[in-house]
Amino acid sequence: MKYVIIGNSAAAVGAVEAIRKNDREGRIVIISNESYHTYSRPLISYLLLGKTDENKMKYRSDSFYSENGCELMLNKTAVRIDPDKKTVLLDDGQNVSYDRLLIATGSSPFVPPVKGLEKVKNKFTFTTLDDAKRLESVLEENTKVLIVGAGLIGLKCAEGISRKKVETVCIDLSTRVLSSILDEEGSEIIKRHLENNNISFFLNHQIIELSENTAILDDNTEIPFDVLVMAVGVRPNISLLKDIGGKTNRGIVIDERCRTSIPDIYAAGDCCECIDVSSGEMRVMALLPNAYMQGECAGMNMSGADYVFDKAIPMNAIGLFGKHIITAGTYAGDVYYEADQENYKKLFYSNNKLNGYILIGNIEKAGIYTSLIRERTPLDTLDFDLICKVPGLMAFSKEERACKLGGIA
Amino acid sequence: MKRVYVNEKWCLGCHLCEYYCAFASTNEKDMARALKDIRIHPRIRIEEKDGISFAVSCRHCDEPLCVKGCITGALTRKDGIITIDRNRCIGCYTCILSCPFGAVSPSEDGAIQKCELCIKTAGGTPKCVEGCPNGAIVFEERGE
Repeated sequence: MKYVIIGNSAAAVGAVEAIRKNDREGRIVIISNESYHTYSRPLISYLLLGKTDENKMKYRSDSFYSENGCELMLNKTAVRIDPDKKTVLLDDGQNVSYDRLLIATGSSPFVPPVKGLEKVKNKFTFTTLDDAKRLESVLEENTKVLIVGAGLIGLKCAEGISRKKVETVCIDLSTRVLSSILDEEGSEIIKRHLENNNISFFLNHQIIELSENTAILDDNTEIPFDVLVMAVGVRPNISLLKDIGGKTNRGIVIDERCRTSIPDIYAAGDCCECIDVSSGEMRVMALLPNAYMQGECAGMNMSGADYVFDKAIPMNAIGLFGKHIITAGTYAGDVYYEADQENYKKLFYSNNKLNGYILIGNIEKAGIYTSLIRERTPLDTLDFDLICKVPGLMAFSKEERACKLGGIA
Repeated sequence: MKRVYVNEKWCLGCHLCEYYCAFASTNEKDMARALKDIRIHPRIRIEEKDGISFAVSCRHCDEPLCVKGCITGALTRKDGIITIDRNRCIGCYTCILSCPFGAVSPSEDGAIQKCELCIKTAGGTPKCVEGCPNGAIVFEERGE
């Protein structure tokens, strides 16, 4: 059996580790368009912040590929799949044959067309290690940085570069920060916190024109900058499957076994969309834990097991200038609310199920809420009033606790 | 494999397990001296309410969501024991988001902390078990 994996990040690693549980002999070929040992992409902001280094950013040990018998093809881009001949054409003209193929191509930064963008010399995106290195190389004290996008990528970038004592301005079309993971009140708390850490915001604005060092906003405000970071969002890399008629939407459509619509081709990670069990809808959930678990699921099925991953939900753990945020699920239904100076909590529930939550500040035991969402636990089987106030195992029945803590089935 | 199991019927709610846990990660010989005047950050925690109490620590899951979700690769599972490489952990708390038992917590220095069955500190005999005065916490193999 020959396994080919396009991609070298969390989903690819999940697949390798799963394949090797079932098949020690089969060949595994990994194709990557980067030049690096597998590394953790979310750590690029921590690299700029000085909290990690290039060696510690490695997502697996140096011996990972040799221990798992992987053939690594770096700096190669997969151009086209031939599903009949079962080959992958690379940009250097080589054809790589496969028995089972995993597309784990991730996503790419979306850069919207803006008038004058071509005049900007110092412009960057912020999703890869090379991006982080290039950005760092132009930053000095008091460099004026304009970040377009106040989402997860833009704000982690703002935190990362703060070590360089730069002047950071962040603009977003949305009226609020982190609009994809927070509600209005949560966004406001985080915005104030970021402002206290010297990040300035122009929200509900967009750039209508750029020159080399100036952005003109829709209200004619002019913002001078030395460095422009485009962090508007990412798009799943779906073209390899789309080009051959495979089923795609925003992402590559996969089932609960991480199969695509084409036989022997699987997909996992940020390039995919699958069912979000908190809402029941198909969604791209580009986040590392899901990528690993989808990769693992794909790898299990590619190597002959029958394995289902049907518990994907949106979820994020993010810290910004010492303030922690954990969120998960869908913000729909009735609301439990608690807040004080430092902490903010909202739980969203309906039809006897927890749908989602937002925690800012005190994030202790958040995973207990996550599990209620993921497992679709009927809320009438536990002390819901108690668990709203204090996430813990106390809210479960005695029998359930005996099972969880006593190993009694 | 041997795991820490808890029987809430025997738990006195004395919190000694928490003190033994905190003590295990110090290099001191004397517990009273080691823990005097400090706020402890144990990896095993008592939950208590209305006369019920029990200790919660890492279950060392066979399918560990914390390890699968770890964005750095700092959490790993080897020989059934889940450990944290504190040098690589950057404190994103994705494991706290993931753990269904609430058994991973922030530590004082930014990295996360969790029960590692005392393999790094006490040669693999969990101190919470040794210190429990009423046999409410045991370290044993049970049918799996």
